[in-house]
Amino acid sequence: MADQNADRGTIVAGSQQFLRGLFSSKRESASGIAGSKSSLTWVVHISVLALVLLWIFPTVGLFVSSFRTGDQIATSGWWAALGESQQNIVLRAADPDDNRVADGDMFVVEGNLLDAEGASGTITVWGTSSRAIDAYTAGEIAELKGTETITVDAQGNYTWRGSEDEISGRGQRVFATITAPPEFTFENYDSMLFDPTNSEGMTKAFFNTLTVTIPATIIPIVIAAFAAYALAWMEFPGRALLIAAVVGLLVVPLQLALIPLLKLHLGVGIGKGYLGVWLAHTGFGMPLAIYLLRNYMVGLPRDIIENAKVDGATDFQIFTKIILPLSFPALAAFSIFQFLWTWNDLLVAKVFLIDATGQTTVMTNQITELLGTRGGNWEILATAAFVSIAVPLVVFFAMQRYLVRGLLAGSVK
Amino acid sequence: MDAALLGLTTIIVGVGGCLGYFYFSNVFLDKVLFPAKGPNAGRNINRANQIRPWLFLFPAMFALGLYLGYPVFETLRLSLLDRDQGNAFVGLANYQQMFAEAKFWEAMRNNMLWLIVVPATSTAFGLLVAQLTDRISWGNIAKSIIFMPMAISFVGASVIFKLIYDARPEDTAQIGVLNAVWVQFEGGIGSFIFLKILPVILLIAFAGVVAYVGYLILRLRGGLWTTFFKAGAGVFVAWLVFLSLKSVLGVMTADLPYGEPQQWLTIPFYNNFFLMVVLIWIQTGFAMVILSAALRGIPEETVEAAIVDGANPFQIFFKIKVPQIMPTIVVVWTTITLTVLKVFDIVFAMTNGQWQTQVLANYMYDKLFRANDWGVGSAAAIIIMLLVSPILIWNIYNARKEMR
Repeated sequence: MADQNADRGTIVAGSQQFLRGLFSSKRESASGIAGSKSSLTWVVHISVLALVLLWIFPTVGLFVSSFRTGDQIATSGWWAALGESQQNIVLRAADPDDNRVADGDMFVVEGNLLDAEGASGTITVWGTSSRAIDAYTAGEIAELKGTETITVDAQGNYTWRGSEDEISGRGQRVFATITAPPEFTFENYDSMLFDPTNSEGMTKAFFNTLTVTIPATIIPIVIAAFAAYALAWMEFPGRALLIAAVVGLLVVPLQLALIPLLKLHLGVGIGKGYLGVWLAHTGFGMPLAIYLLRNYMVGLPRDIIENAKVDGATDFQIFTKIILPLSFPALAAFSIFQFLWTWNDLLVAKVFLIDATGQTTVMTNQITELLGTRGGNWEILATAAFVSIAVPLVVFFAMQRYLVRGLLAGSVK
Repeated sequence: MDAALLGLTTIIVGVGGCLGYFYFSNVFLDKVLFPAKGPNAGRNINRANQIRPWLFLFPAMFALGLYLGYPVFETLRLSLLDRDQGNAFVGLANYQQMFAEAKFWEAMRNNMLWLIVVPATSTAFGLLVAQLTDRISWGNIAKSIIFMPMAISFVGASVIFKLIYDARPEDTAQIGVLNAVWVQFEGGIGSFIFLKILPVILLIAFAGVVAYVGYLILRLRGGLWTTFFKAGAGVFVAWLVFLSLKSVLGVMTADLPYGEPQQWLTIPFYNNFFLMVVLIWIQTGFAMVILSAALRGIPEETVEAAIVDGANPFQIFFKIKVPQIMPTIVVVWTTITLTVLKVFDIVFAMTNGQWQTQVLANYMYDKLFRANDWGVGSAAAIIIMLLVSPILIWNIYNARKEMR
């Protein structure tokens, strides 16, 4: 048994050696076609580029949309936001009765159409009738009825001139086509995160998700680490059977656990709430945690542990002083898994956490509710979704190496 | 911030409790129950060491048993009871009721579609990306980006793709990419190439690949079980080839609504594929990471020998590399299969099973928490368990083999 353990240890360590090469920038020449510069190289570059663009395109779409106003999203595709946009708007000159000034026997109203409407951009073409909105170019003088004229320049400055009768009533309407530079706003994030009056805001859900995630990540690690140590380094009858059971439980769908456990939680008085969801995540994360940690611990050098035993260390001391510090990569790998899984989870939260009051809603649940009630309001949906995606993405890019290592150790071979 | 305080308390109590349990139970064992002194010191130490593993294991085993072991049996029991009749035993009545529902068979059919398409496509893409990025200088960046969707929740991904599938009325600007592209096709020569010729080529290629895999399977040698496997696989392959060739005919004769924006998620049958795209987008990164590591583990000599023998890059990939990483491909395939069987969030968030997109997990959720029918819901859960169990047995079998 001892020799087997040692052998397995070297195998695992050996396999981890090559796994470590993954995502490192070192390139082994022999992978691929050694040395020979293939004529296929440029095809490879282009296909990879195409795949990468295809893969990142959806996320970029959501990201860009979350910085656009609802009107912008509804009137043009997000890809249009990256360049200049053309927009048709209706503007109106200032009220002539208040603003007209006499100029000889004529009256003149001057001002800026765009400033008055709070619009920005450059006017390219304009018109005074909805049937010919592109009748004049910027700067051109439009001859209206009688002596009335109006001219609008690219910046929106206008001069409206005419007789006393003509320059009266309501301000002259102008239909303008404006070209606006790309325009982005933080307004969506402002209202979804920092507006306490917004009942659809994500702040509460964000903190609820955080409250679910942190204990549900830490507690299983502690419990699983001890069990993994026992399964890796302690001799007792039935060990192989237990390991097999853990491997089996890895694939049991958690769907099976919903009703029995909900009944149990309601029966013992835990009910629906944080305690219930923490316990559920702890239970559901346990097989993977034990499996990952055991696989890693079994590969630790036997000498260190035996030396410690000879020196009189107890199992508890060996575990806390030697095994735990050495197992850091595996602990990190599992915590990333569990963090991503609990943060992104919808089903477990819906069943074990969220009660009728909805006070404990998590972000994933809030987004599905928004999908139902605000299906067309993409500025809300995109922002909400991006708020929930942002944290896992940061974790992902910061800890990618551990995640990869965990994946490689975690897929049953 | 009441909940935050509760959370902090839980972490402290939970972690402290665990450590306290492990520490004091060990102390109790060594000092009180079997003290390593007195006349029976030797015997006591042995006894303590026999019990200690179970101290270490107990909390984990308890959690596993209660949260994953017990529910399997309890669900099985619940599936045989009727809640409306005061939990009376009704035998297989729940199953009969479920099998009589059209929605259940729709969910089964869709799940089978998912099972065929998603693992195959994700693994194929993963393998492709793993192989291509292995040879280029910026491969790691490419890998990172393709791996990124793994961090995005199914719900987040659903929002992302709902934006892509969004439809606006005709003659207004389309804000969904798919419709924006779709309305560019007006039935001209370009449309013919992209919407008729290309799909036909893809379908024929798919049929070819399936037929080749079938041919490889039929050449396997082995005992009785292999014969059974070959027969089953043969029928399945023949069915898939038939389906894809039938689809070729369908594509050629289909009258496509050119220029009209489509509500993609409401087109029966095809909307399943639009949902699958979401999972494929997520799972390809997983497949890529594992397969990339496997490709790097291939002994260099085999590749070098092939080059010396004059093999071209395609031959090296398909005849040298792929056979050597076949076990890993199987692992990736089964892992994605497991994910597919449990897929819930995507369907729940995007269509909620409407327009014939129901899948088993969402059907079960519907029964359990909307119809409040625990009997049929549990029966559906048992069906999922049955579909998973071949993989479960296979995994245990392999793990035991590795242990020996």
